[in-house]
Amino acid sequence: MFTTLLQNVFNGLQWGSFYSMIALGYCLVYGVLRLINFAHGDIFMMAAYFAFFIGTALLGLALPIPGIVVFIITLVVTMGLTAGLGILIERIAYRPLRKKGANRLYVVITALMVGFILENGNLAVLGASALRFPDMINKNIIEFAGIRLTNLRLLVIASSFVVFGFLQFFVTKTQIGMAMRAISYDKFAIPLMGIPVNRIIVATFAIGSALAAVAGILFGLSYPVLNPYMGMIIGWKAFIAAVVGGIGDIKGAFIGGFLLGFIEIFVITFFPSSYKDLISFMILLVILTLKPTGFFGIAKSTKI
Amino acid sequence: MTDIPALAKRNSRLPVSTMAILALFALMVGLTMAGVINKYIQSVLMFIGINIIFSASLNIVNGYMGEFSCGHGGFMAVGAYVSSVLSVVLFTENSFTGQPLLPPGSAIFLFPVVIIIGGLVAAVFGLLVAIPSFKTRDDYLAIITIAANFIIVTLINNIGAVGGSRGFMGMKKSLKAMEAVIDLPYMIIWIFIFVVLSIVMIRRLMNSTYGKGISSIRYDETSAEIMSVNTNHMKLVAFMFSSGLAGIAGGLFAHVMGFVNPASFSIFKSTEGLVMVYLGGMGSLSGSVLSAVIFTLMLEALRPLQILKWVLIPLMLILLMQFRPEGLLGNRELSDVFPKLKRIFIRKDSSNG
Amino acid sequence: MAETLLEIKDLTHRFGGLTAVSDLNFEIIKDEIVGLIGPNGAGKTTVFNLVSGFYVPSEGDILYKGERINGLKPHEIASRQIGRTFQNIRLWSDMTVLDNIKISQHYRLGYNLMDAFLQTKKYKKHEKMIEDDAHELLEEFQLSDLAHEMPKNLPYGIQRRVEIARALSLKPALLMLDEPAAGLSSSDVSELIQYIQWIKENFKLTIWMIEHQMQVIMSLCSRIKVIDFGKELVTGTAEEVRNSPEVIKAYLGDGEI
Repeated sequence: MFTTLLQNVFNGLQWGSFYSMIALGYCLVYGVLRLINFAHGDIFMMAAYFAFFIGTALLGLALPIPGIVVFIITLVVTMGLTAGLGILIERIAYRPLRKKGANRLYVVITALMVGFILENGNLAVLGASALRFPDMINKNIIEFAGIRLTNLRLLVIASSFVVFGFLQFFVTKTQIGMAMRAISYDKFAIPLMGIPVNRIIVATFAIGSALAAVAGILFGLSYPVLNPYMGMIIGWKAFIAAVVGGIGDIKGAFIGGFLLGFIEIFVITFFPSSYKDLISFMILLVILTLKPTGFFGIAKSTKI
Repeated sequence: MTDIPALAKRNSRLPVSTMAILALFALMVGLTMAGVINKYIQSVLMFIGINIIFSASLNIVNGYMGEFSCGHGGFMAVGAYVSSVLSVVLFTENSFTGQPLLPPGSAIFLFPVVIIIGGLVAAVFGLLVAIPSFKTRDDYLAIITIAANFIIVTLINNIGAVGGSRGFMGMKKSLKAMEAVIDLPYMIIWIFIFVVLSIVMIRRLMNSTYGKGISSIRYDETSAEIMSVNTNHMKLVAFMFSSGLAGIAGGLFAHVMGFVNPASFSIFKSTEGLVMVYLGGMGSLSGSVLSAVIFTLMLEALRPLQILKWVLIPLMLILLMQFRPEGLLGNRELSDVFPKLKRIFIRKDSSNG
Repeated sequence: MAETLLEIKDLTHRFGGLTAVSDLNFEIIKDEIVGLIGPNGAGKTTVFNLVSGFYVPSEGDILYKGERINGLKPHEIASRQIGRTFQNIRLWSDMTVLDNIKISQHYRLGYNLMDAFLQTKKYKKHEKMIEDDAHELLEEFQLSDLAHEMPKNLPYGIQRRVEIARALSLKPALLMLDEPAAGLSSSDVSELIQYIQWIKENFKLTIWMIEHQMQVIMSLCSRIKVIDFGKELVTGTAEEVRNSPEVIKAYLGDGEI
């Protein structure tokens, strides 16, 4: 009984790690621009595809290097590519709207549509056949206190903490991170302070997307069958998780991700797995109805 | 005291708009029955009608009230399933009750009732979004609407009795039962009637002082409360009316298709609704109608492109947001753009000057 | 004889740790024009927001015509005929002036959703009443020509007038004006003073206003309450307030006094 519980806690941690990593990216962009970057989940998906091609190509060359090196090369290149993709989307789709001072709604719709283009464009180009993600890391099963761990799962959990730690350090300690937070407080005063807003926003998208890449690759390794819509639901759930945690706050998004992970794992333990989405969305709906600003969020006061 | 000149002086002749609608109705039914328009054109016409109800109903929330609901497909699903199950159980041999509960021929009168019940149940599901909307706005509410869409679709996926993710069918048999009594193109007839009813209802509501309370939320919710508008009540009305009409669209859709599955009402369906609303213009009823026609025809024209269609449509909406975010008609109605139409479509006895 | 219209008893309001209004007491007598003044951030608008129901007071009571109204929703308070305007004009700027006036009669619609769908006799009767009253009000305010204009296309001074007219479509007994002179030129200000005087006489109103322009306050208000940091400093006539050492202290450096 106790080991089952422990096993579930571990599974929840691992599953929640993905939500957390994606939620952090949402949180970063939302924090700076007050924009739900609906395309973020699809950037995560694109990362898995980028990594698939790079990893498969590298392994296909049969270079005399260990898998872990292939993994690291793939990770770095993919992070670069997705960062580029994020910047591209920002440049083409969001920036022109921002320049015009368009209604926020138009930006949100644009984001949603960018997501659809990535998903369906991918499907149109690659076709519907499911791709299998290459095994870059040899899975080792570790038995510990009666529960089954794998090195991959431990890596996933560790990565989410590293990503969180990095982001926390980044926004509180670095100049560019502090500028990001400043923009989120007051978009109008910041240019007057000599902070290049556009450059900060580009950095935000680049970092957010690169973080999605970390999640995307680890997801590909853990659940090796890829499909173009894999980013959609997980992305939206991660966003909801971020909102539940309190989206303005990195810590909130991080904890929200784990919370959702735990909820889902425990739902699966007690109900048929097809109830997972149903119950987790219901819980989120209830939480959002009762506490719209999330657990760690700060109520936005409107001035009358 | 209660003597109102406008009422006393009511025109005894039918207004031109009513006559135009009746003529169009007669034309469509006549051409269909005479076999002049083939099955394909019929089905396109029916989808246009269903999409008009769908987009016009979404416009109540996203246009007039200015909220951002992205889960409208979910309410369509509720209407589709409720009316399909009712229609199958009441009028056909089925796996639930064996024999039909009512004589199949009664479908000829009860079919619209079944569709309306689907709409009413969908309206109740609208509470899923309406209640959170009391406290929540903007992006947060958008997320709630998405969650509601997912909840409804996954709920249906988990109901084995209606086929779960495999879907549900048998509605064609109800139509057959109706056709056995008198052979008429029932779906064309009922879709036409429901389209006209929906538009009249939305128009009347949004032109009334009551309904303008909904629009006042879009421009300034705080002001609305201070000026005695019960905004929670308005939101309740807007969301429930909107999702109820979506439910009616769903019921009609299910009966045209003869088959429904949860996947047809996913977030993609909701996105189609968004495209139509923003293409037509927020808060423009004629814009919604126009864009439903254009969009349906475009979907048909792009059909050979298959999945690429779903790259082009979002791309189109992105371009729209960049260059003409107010949509084809913006906040206006067709009658504002072409003032001559006003004489035909604005009734003289309307109390709104 | 002197009938109390609004009574505020020991009103306190806290935002988190910050006490915005503390232990405020005030009585507004029917037919007077009273002022609420104080330095920026003194909590004036918070008091208005408490009375109009945007915030629920942390402590204390607000009685209107003897009825306790704290805890009611803003629209419920509006329906009890308290009208108000905002510091920064909050008209529905994309709806016509006429619609602005009509929508503000939601408190007495007199028909329901079904009546609107079916356009019943009841609907037509009440819509006509609302429409006629709106036109009458616009007539009185000499805004009839602008009935079909959008407020966003109107000059600022006119928008102020429309906003006051809109508040009056609630047929209020108490009108609360939040800085009606803000953003007006000095010639507009003297016009505004006459205007408020005219409104009070014509509509038999009690007026409570927040204002920074001393000219407006001094020439209109029979009594003035001064608050600072959410606390009462002085209440009295214009003369008394002007000479009060506490007020001078609170405003020190402010050239207007």
